Amino acid sequence: MSSNAEPAVAFEQVCKRFGSRRVLDGQTFAVQRGERFVIIGPSGTGKSVSLKLASGQLSPTSGTVRLLGQDLCALSATALAALRRRVGYLFQSGALLGWKTLAENVALPLRSHGHLPEREIAERVQAALAEVGLADAGELYPAEVSGGMVKRAAFARAIIEEPEVLFFDEPTSGLDPVMSRTIDALITQVNQTHGAACVVVTHDLAGALRYADRIGFLKAGRFLTVAPPSEILNSPVPEVQAFLAAQALEP
Amino acid sequence: MMLTREAAGSLAARLLSGLGLTAQVTALASLGLPRIFLERECRRTWARQLYVVGIGTLAVATVVALFTGMILGLQLGIAFRQFSQELMVAYTLAFAMLREMGPFMTGIILAACVGSSMAAQLGTMTVNEEIAALEMMSVSPVRFLVVPRLWAMAMMAPLLSFYTCVVAFFGGALVGYTQLNIPFLQFMGQIVEAAEVKDLWVGLLKAFVFGILVSGISCTVGFCTTQGAAGVGASTRRAVIYSFLAILIGGYFITRFCYVL
Repeated sequence: MSSNAEPAVAFEQVCKRFGSRRVLDGQTFAVQRGERFVIIGPSGTGKSVSLKLASGQLSPTSGTVRLLGQDLCALSATALAALRRRVGYLFQSGALLGWKTLAENVALPLRSHGHLPEREIAERVQAALAEVGLADAGELYPAEVSGGMVKRAAFARAIIEEPEVLFFDEPTSGLDPVMSRTIDALITQVNQTHGAACVVVTHDLAGALRYADRIGFLKAGRFLTVAPPSEILNSPVPEVQAFLAAQALEP
Repeated sequence: MMLTREAAGSLAARLLSGLGLTAQVTALASLGLPRIFLERECRRTWARQLYVVGIGTLAVATVVALFTGMILGLQLGIAFRQFSQELMVAYTLAFAMLREMGPFMTGIILAACVGSSMAAQLGTMTVNEEIAALEMMSVSPVRFLVVPRLWAMAMMAPLLSFYTCVVAFFGGALVGYTQLNIPFLQFMGQIVEAAEVKDLWVGLLKAFVFGILVSGISCTVGFCTTQGAAGVGASTRRAVIYSFLAILIGGYFITRFCYVL
């Protein structure tokens, strides 16, 4: 059973191997409900794998992953599907269906689960599209719009069912700085409006410093440090300092 | 020796795992038939797939069937003329097309034209994380993508098989008229006389099963795609090869089951 007192996401001694390669090495951390938690670090250190483990797309080699209080390894396929209805996920590429319009993509979760009348679905889709600034683009197909618009439509799809936890995999990769700021603002906005816990994987430390409650710096399958942005800026950890210097973010 | 045994064991394990997964996906999708009638989204995809399978392959099926009928007519005509039994061409053509060639050709056409595109589409969706996105939205990819495709192909394949047979008869009759001096109506009359209802039903059953096999295999291979664009290409090739093998093996067992020596 889960309760609201339990963290949104909890890793306990999680290891993940792919063949002989160890990606996560005894990872332990928790993301509280309503928190904005950012995982940052060099490429290939297990950031996206952490997100996939937290959302049940991968199973840990050892250890326990709990999502909204439920042990993901102990869930049946049906129970996992039911739990995922309380979760939103923004993929790096957006992962919209190419043969559907942006509005149809956003409506997909509602139409697939739901028993909502078409009129209500249309209203909710329009509201979600308006929230991400795409009120007039609903009838366009993914191939007809920019990468930033695809990301925002995918964002609208992720929040359409008002999830309790939102996962973001590189939400600003490949976007210009203005669009990156827009996405960062949307993460803050959706967190404040819907109260959803947000777990973000990114390389964009400048953006993370703006909206994160806590930042975890991952290297070689373990967090070197987990701290609020102000402490990250003054972190004595050399790897974190190198990351800050590389992005020209002096304390 | 040890290495060979290990490699054979690994190959057998992969084969069994692949067969198990294909059986699982095909069985799940087969049981999903009511969804076509109950869910609007599923019905729309199913209708689109009916068009792709039926209308989309009609031109290829027509050319293949016409020339197969003409080739068979010619070869059989050459053989039977030696015994002055030209009319046996119609009998033999009816027998061959209804029992084997019609459903077999339909299966091959569907595997090459539609199965390959199904594997490529689902493979691309897999590498683009669209399948993972569906799972994260609690939308079953089997229910959403395989059910309409599998039932569209299963329903269209018998119709296409029947159409293929008719076109092949026409091709045979054309050769009969132009090169064997058999009047067109007499040729067609002989075919109707030779055709048995059981042959027709067994042929349609075969086409139905081939439709399920081709779509089930192609979708499963698509879902198992890895490694980007190269993986999509490999999946497309695998889907066609596995479908061909399944059609041949499945065809033998249906014949063995339906006709006693």
